[in-house]
This record gives sequence, C-alpha cells and structure tokens, in this order.
Amino acid sequence: MIAFLSNDPPRGRPLTILLLLIVLVLAFTPFAFPGAKTLGVAAKIMYFIVLVASYDLLLGYTGIVSFAHTMFFGIGAYGVAIGCVHYEGSWAGIGWGVLGAMALSAVLSLLIGLFSLRVRAIFFSMITLAVAFSFQTLASQMSTLTGGDDGLNFSVPEVLTPGYQLFDAQIFGVSITGRVLTYYLVLFCALLMFLKMLRIVNSPFGRVLQAIRENMFRAEAIGYNTVVYRTLANVFAALFATLAGALMALWQHNTGPETSLSFQIMVDILLIVVIGGMGTLYGAVCGAAIFILAQSYLEDLMAHAADAAQGIPLLAQLFSPDRWLLWLGVLFILSVYFLPTGIVGKLRARAERE
Amino acid sequence: MNTATMTAPAKPPGLLRGIDWMPLALLPLICGIAYYFIGSGSTWFTLSIAGLAMGMIIFIIASGLTLIFGLMDVFNFGHGIFIALGAFVAMSVLGQLTSWTEADNLALNLAALGIAAVAAMLAAAVAGLVFERLLIRRVYGQHLKQILITMGGMVVGEELIKMFWGPQQMPMPLPAALSGTVEFGEAAVEKYRLLALAVGVAVFLVLILLLNRTKIGLLVRAGVQDREMVESLGYRIKRLFIGVFMAGSALAGLGGVMWGLYQQGVTPQMGAQVNVIIFMVIIIGGLGSTSGSFLGAILMGLMANYVGFLAPTIPLLPDVSIGLAPFSNIFLMVGILLWRPQGLFSSSK
Repeated sequence: MIAFLSNDPPRGRPLTILLLLIVLVLAFTPFAFPGAKTLGVAAKIMYFIVLVASYDLLLGYTGIVSFAHTMFFGIGAYGVAIGCVHYEGSWAGIGWGVLGAMALSAVLSLLIGLFSLRVRAIFFSMITLAVAFSFQTLASQMSTLTGGDDGLNFSVPEVLTPGYQLFDAQIFGVSITGRVLTYYLVLFCALLMFLKMLRIVNSPFGRVLQAIRENMFRAEAIGYNTVVYRTLANVFAALFATLAGALMALWQHNTGPETSLSFQIMVDILLIVVIGGMGTLYGAVCGAAIFILAQSYLEDLMAHAADAAQGIPLLAQLFSPDRWLLWLGVLFILSVYFLPTGIVGKLRARAERE
Repeated sequence: MNTATMTAPAKPPGLLRGIDWMPLALLPLICGIAYYFIGSGSTWFTLSIAGLAMGMIIFIIASGLTLIFGLMDVFNFGHGIFIALGAFVAMSVLGQLTSWTEADNLALNLAALGIAAVAAMLAAAVAGLVFERLLIRRVYGQHLKQILITMGGMVVGEELIKMFWGPQQMPMPLPAALSGTVEFGEAAVEKYRLLALAVGVAVFLVLILLLNRTKIGLLVRAGVQDREMVESLGYRIKRLFIGVFMAGSALAGLGGVMWGLYQQGVTPQMGAQVNVIIFMVIIIGGLGSTSGSFLGAILMGLMANYVGFLAPTIPLLPDVSIGLAPFSNIFLMVGILLWRPQGLFSSSK
C-alpha cells in the first residue's frame, strides 16, 4: 500500500482519516448521493485535484510562480472539444484531441520555460501572466475554431451520454447511465494521474526540484542544471494540467473561455494550493474537496445571509452572493499569513505533537 | 556627511552623462520601419502621437512600480488596484463637476481635471499606505509570499471597488474643450493625446530631477543599488519604503485617471488589464530603472498603435487566421529580452 503511494504516505492519523473519507465519498457518490448537482460537484473536485496537484509541482515543489496554468487547462479542454466536434463525438476525436492538446502544451511550456526561466524569477511570473492574457485573446479571436466567447458544445461517444444504460436493471437503486460511467472514467483517470504525480515528486527528479526550491544556488553548485530541471517541471505541470482540462471537457460536454481560461480559475487554483498546503500533493486533495464544496454550497448560504442582513446597507452588500470572491480573497490572504503550511501542515503538526 | 573627508565636486555631473545610447536607437528604428510600411506621412504622424500619448500614460503607472521593485525589492502584483481606484475616484469627482467639464472653456476643464487628478492621487496614496501596512509589511524579503499576498490584495480590492461603484463599465467622458482633434497640416491629432503627452513628459522630468538632484532622490537611488549600505549609514529605510510606495501608488492613481479618460470609460477590471501591460514595460525597461520604463512604455505605445493600424494577420489553418495586433507587446518583450536579458537599462544588482 505504501509502495502504491510511492513511499510517501499522508503521515499522521487525522490526515489519513480525512483523505480516506474524501476518497470513499468520491468513490461512492453516484450511489450514496445520486443527483445531478452532487455528481457534478464531485466530478469537479476530482479534476480540480489533478489541476491543483499539477500546479503544486511548480509552486510547492519547485518554488516557481506561474500564472499561465489555466492556459494549459484550457488547451486540454479545447483539445477534447475541438476533437469531438471534428470527429462527431467518437473516441478517435477524444484521442486526437487529447494528443494534440498535449503536444501543444508541451511545446508551449517548453518555450516559455526555456525562454523565461533563464531570466530573473520575477520575470517568469510576469511573463506567464502576459502570455495567459494573450492566449485568452487568441482563443476568442479564433472563433471559427474555438467558438469565441460562447465556447463549444459537443457530443461524446454514446457510452458516455446520459441516455445510455449499461444494464436494464438498477444496481443499489441507481441505474448505471453514461453519466455514471463518465464519472468513474474521470475518477479512474484522476486517481491514476495523482499517483503518477506522487511518483514524480518522490523520484530523484522530484528531490532535485525540492532542492531547487530550498536553495537554487546550492542546487546549481552541486552540479544540477537548474534551468533544465525547472523547465522540465514546467512541462510536466503543463501536461497534467492539460489532462485535467480534458477530463473537465469530458465531464461537461462543453468548453468555454469562462470555465477553462479565465483568470478566475487561476485565483481558485492559487487559493486551493495555499489552503490545502503547498509542497504536498495531499494538500491538493484536501484543498480541492473543501474549496469546491464551499464554492458550490456557500453561495446559497451567502444568499441567505444577505437576506437576513437586508435592512443594513453595507452588510447586505458584503454578504451579497456576488461578493463571493471578496471573501475568498480575504480567506486567501489570511491563510498565506496564518496557515502557511495549509490544512495538511496543520494536521501533520498535530499528529506529531501527540 | 563631513566635508573634510571628501573633496567637494567641482560641479554636479551632467544629467546626460553615462547614458547608454544603444537602446535609444530602437526608437528611430521602430518609427522608421513603421513609416516605411505605412507610407503616408500624415497617418504616420497621427499614429506616432497616439503611440507616444499611450506610452506616457503607461509610463506614469509603471514608473511607481519600477521604483517599488527596485528600492523595496517587493514583487507587487497589486499595483493595478491603485489604477482602478484612481480612475473611479476621478470619475466620481468629475461627475460632481459637470458644470465645469461641460463648459467649453479650457481653463475650467483643466481645473476640473486637476481637482479630479489630485483627489485620485490622494485616494491612491492612502490606499497604498493601507496596502503596505496591512499586507506587504509582514512579507518583506519573502518573494513567494509577496506575489501571493499582493495578488490576494488585488482580488479583494477589485471586489471592494465593485461593491462601491458596481461591477459594470462606467462612462468617463472627456471635458468639452479637450475632445475633438487639432490639425497639423494634413494630420489630425486628438487634443487629449497632446495633454497626455505633456503630463507624461512633465512627470518624467520631475521624477528624473527628483531622483538626481535631491537628497531623497539620492537615498532612493542608493537604496536601489544597496539597501543595507543606506541602512548602515543611519537612514531609516523603512520610512523611505512607505514614502516610495505611497508615491508609486499615487502615480498609479494619476495614470488610472489618464487611462480612464483615454478609454473614455472605467471598469473594475481595468487594473488587472493595465497590470499586464506595465509588467511588460518594466521587464523591457529593466527593474528599477525610471528611464528604462520611460523608453519601454514609449516603445510599447508606438508598437501597439503601428501594429494596430497595419493589422497584419497570419493564416494559421485554412479557415482560421489571427490578427497579430494584440500580441505586439509579447513580440517586443521577447525580442528585447533576447537582446538584453536584464532589460534595456538594468540599474539594480
């Protein structure tokens, strides 16, 4: 079991229990909590785990701040979408879409890495920000290919459509539709990718990345070519983000700039990484589960709070559901200050004290 | 300092001494190439003035940020918030002064703009003080946290602006006497662009004189080069930090007013959009260099206008072709970094 996790177990009982709980709930959501919304939330948690974990390869493990991560996420999503549109929703479309997207992401991330990791670290963050904004413009310009601001709706293989029934009978009171099959496809892929990333960060390669994070000068002095390692980390992170985007497209059957490329998603990723805990992939799991749950259900809660505070002018404004991002921002700042190791760090520290 | 220990310099070194001329040659180069492709003198002149005006506005915003980078070594990703705040405050002030702005009287118009600009700069400076005390003070020397914290501050600030002014775009019309164009021979130039040009040059000159001719400027420049040395000579560098941060924020506020009038509208997201541009300017110019950001901003403004007019497109796929105009900035940045990886004028360590 430990070898399965690349000899990097969660450590500490509270964290292990939390992770087991998340995995169990995700594994049995279609049976335990059937319903379109819960299924959607659970699927979103899964592809966000992959997305955030891939970002943690950069931010947490290598100490690089990139703002272009949503670009690769978007490339994956658009790759599947464009593939499916061209091949009219066949498996070939998905396959070519994913392959094409990964090739594009690899080339782009390699270029960005080779070009901007040579210059000062701060330049990398700024350049990725500029590139991400330009890519958004590019995507909306090529509207014949990408559907512009409306995005693309596409059909998927019949097995994955909601109308498809695997068995005539129900299993545990739930009929196994194409939706449930898609859910388990996403679950399986996400699990596989997560374990692969765990393998990467615990490999000698991953150790070098962490050495670079701790002290780049020293890592270079020991004899590692840091530009090569940092560029490779950038490429790996981009590829996994692309796959996460492909999973999202498979689940949603549509792709638009708002759901895949917008800066909003970049803020979400940053938040989840920080809240969950930087520098540990388990942080992505805890962070994504808690954040997506909160995002999906807290907005309703805030609407109630705004109703309650109706008479008071400023308070009602503060609790308006539109101000959701305000609270996220405050939460983000507070967690950078007071929870620098995130949920995972806190839980591990508690386990060590006992 | 004791005059006995040093020989008094005969005269202060000239402002023009020690200038690196190579990057400056880019300016006539780009103008010349653009002239060749555009072919019409009057169009070229109009575009050049437009580019210069846009560059000046960008410079006003970027100059503060480049000093903050250079002196404080702070990676401030929240600079955009002061741009948006300045623009919104000025819009509100101008909204109160409609009798002055709608009168076709240049003096009254300029007075209204002046009041709005001062209000915007004050608001941005105060916001900068709060930002520095609340967020940045705790993360000096920690770059990763600085990026995250200032990014968070940007998100919160943008939401607060939405809370007070609403999320929608708002019009910010030009005062009556400043809208319209003036003719130079065959070329028509918008009046506001001339004003932007004048303000930009004025800000540049004031900054250069301040940095090169005053004690404070000397300290700031010394701090950019070696912070510890300034500290060990007995100056409270933290106070200098706050001052520079507030001044930088105020400049961003002023730039926000200019930008809002240039676009004739303000949105809460404008800060984030302009942020991207000024980052590229700072990278091009070299961190911490005022002259660098001046040149970088002009180059960027010119490029944006020339390329926007020429509108080259490249076919990507049989039925998909993309316009290159939105990417002129990126090409400029990549080209310059390949030539000088530290930016045009690198003044910091």
